[in-house]
Amino acid sequence: MSSTFDQVATIIAETCDIPRDTITPDSHAIDDLGIDSLDFLDIAFAIDKQFGIKLPLEKWTQEVNDGKATTEQYFVLKNLCARIDELVAAKGASA
Amino acid sequence: MQLEYFHMIDRIVDLKVDERTIVVEAQVPMESTIFEGHFPGYPLMPGVLLIESMAQASGWLQLGVFKFERMPILAAVKEAKVRGSVFPGDLMSIEASLTHEGSGYAMTEAKIRVGGKLRANSALTFTLIPFPNADMRSHMDAIAKRVGFPQQAVSP
Repeated sequence: MSSTFDQVATIIAETCDIPRDTITPDSHAIDDLGIDSLDFLDIAFAIDKQFGIKLPLEKWTQEVNDGKATTEQYFVLKNLCARIDELVAAKGASA
Repeated sequence: MQLEYFHMIDRIVDLKVDERTIVVEAQVPMESTIFEGHFPGYPLMPGVLLIESMAQASGWLQLGVFKFERMPILAAVKEAKVRGSVFPGDLMSIEASLTHEGSGYAMTEAKIRVGGKLRANSALTFTLIPFPNADMRSHMDAIAKRVGFPQQAVSP
């Protein structure tokens, strides 16, 4: 089974037509890959479907806007994947 | 339908909040300034207004599902097909279903039929925002009454 990062990178590559080999765990989805908020909805949709979770985009955006978090915490891919793993684990624990 | 005001939907026929589906009707007027230009001698509903009609049907569905807590704003038309023309005087039956509820966004699929025949379909994405002000909220309440929005569908 491929890693969370491999799955997310594939989703980003296919959704945003970005060469797969340019996507690394340290890539920032916005600053490095140039993904805008609308395109990120498509990525969030694909992640929601693939992992059976609901990425809390509103909460994250609010935290960034309030200065309680940085975009790096959620949109650098290795961090995004860690959040996904947490959400998947939380879902498994509550099932 | 008042095309010039973008009032596309006349009546909510069936809103099933639990099943996340809606059916609405929209009566295309016989006359409109839009038809004077689109097209002289051959008036027909512009395709973008068919998409707008499907977006508004999807909007009423979301207002029902999310109990008027958020305002859906059209963000993306993922796919739209105009499979046949819609003419002045046609009664459009528009179905929409909520296909995905994300955090701050939602996706729908919608279809327009006239006389039972499919005329257009689309897959749409919406962002869900707080109502920007009280005027907007009261405006939507007024339109909800006009189109027969079933308030009991969103009652606690």
